[in-house]
Amino acid sequence: MEFLQHIADSFNYWIFIILMMIGLYAMVAKNNLVKKLIGMSIFQTAIILFYVSIGYKENATIPILSHALIHEVHHEEAGHYKEAVQEAHHDEGNAAEAAHAAAEYAAEKAGKYLEHSDHAILDINPDDYVNPLVHVLMLTAIVVGVATLGVGLAITQKLYGEFGTVEESEIIEAIKFEK
Amino acid sequence: MKIIGFITVIITALLLLQAERDFPNWGDPESPASSYRLSQHYITETYHETVVPNMVTAVLADYRGYDTLFETVVIFTAGIAIIGILRVFGGNQAEHKEPQLTKQKPDLILQTTCRLLLPIIQLFALYVVAHGHHSPGGGFQGGVIFGASFILLALCHDLKYAQKWVPERRILNLAGFGVLLYAGFGVAALMFGENFLDYGILTHLLPGSIEEARSHSMLGVEIGVGFTVTAIMFSIYSLLSSNGKMKEGI
Repeated sequence: MEFLQHIADSFNYWIFIILMMIGLYAMVAKNNLVKKLIGMSIFQTAIILFYVSIGYKENATIPILSHALIHEVHHEEAGHYKEAVQEAHHDEGNAAEAAHAAAEYAAEKAGKYLEHSDHAILDINPDDYVNPLVHVLMLTAIVVGVATLGVGLAITQKLYGEFGTVEESEIIEAIKFEK
Repeated sequence: MKIIGFITVIITALLLLQAERDFPNWGDPESPASSYRLSQHYITETYHETVVPNMVTAVLADYRGYDTLFETVVIFTAGIAIIGILRVFGGNQAEHKEPQLTKQKPDLILQTTCRLLLPIIQLFALYVVAHGHHSPGGGFQGGVIFGASFILLALCHDLKYAQKWVPERRILNLAGFGVLLYAGFGVAALMFGENFLDYGILTHLLPGSIEEARSHSMLGVEIGVGFTVTAIMFSIYSLLSSNGKMKEGI
């Protein structure tokens, strides 16, 4: 029972491992080149599933800020930062050395945003959004998967044109016979 | 071979299942992937540093610009490799055992549907590229959709017909142009004395602030990616379907 509970808790890893092993078996053991390529695709899909599932976070949404949020904070936040900068400059005169450095830093930081004060300074909670990095990595992995699949199919097609078969063993036989 | 393969697979599976115990639970907010400061930085600072609400696009095109540049080069290289492997000039070669599909008369319903759908698909593809940093989308996705529209054209008519709009030479030019456009943004940043692909300095060329320059440059490189992906997707299809002859196709 405990074991089943463990599987239920980490079912995403189990599915990932099962899919990956199906793909690996197809690549290693199948004799047909097209089936090998199908195995490669399943393998890649398993890895995509793995990455996306470790990026998932409970009570979090996709890593895209909503426009409503941006517009809401738009004006008032910019105003706040203007005040902060003025305050920072005001304090500068009578503050100690440490406070001086801190104020300068704050002013610099606020000033950076102030140059174009029409941008909102959003207070974003990292717990609300999932990690965007895994999605970026998988986005490129999908495209590279298509590219490798294309090259693989092209080689298979060329071999078929040359030997008239896509069975690996028959191709090896034919090459031996030629020698 | 089958038994050796099966044993290998079983051993690998057992090792992976053993390792799986150490992984965080599903959706755990404390997992390393979610709690590491890189993720937090991307989430909290992306909008302030680039004015792009879609963090995925910002990380893809700006923070990891090198990665994406060479990803595009990988696709370009794959396209070139497929042309090198399959392309047959002349067409007298390997004529013997080519599976000939029975030639059918053009289907009116199919072609009319294709004509109606094609502009919508292409418009949507352009939207996905152009709106990629405000909603899900970007150069890769839009490029694939745009390439799919040409594949649909080639399927509904034949390859010859589709090639009126996207001849082979134009395909290759587009693919190369996409990569060069992407690299061009990097070189432009170099010209201003910044690091390669550090778009902030392009504020001298593009309207708006440093952050907006980053956002606009991201759109530029996404367009470059879109060109390359469109061209290579159609190129892969047309070469595979016509067995490298680029004549009739399926």
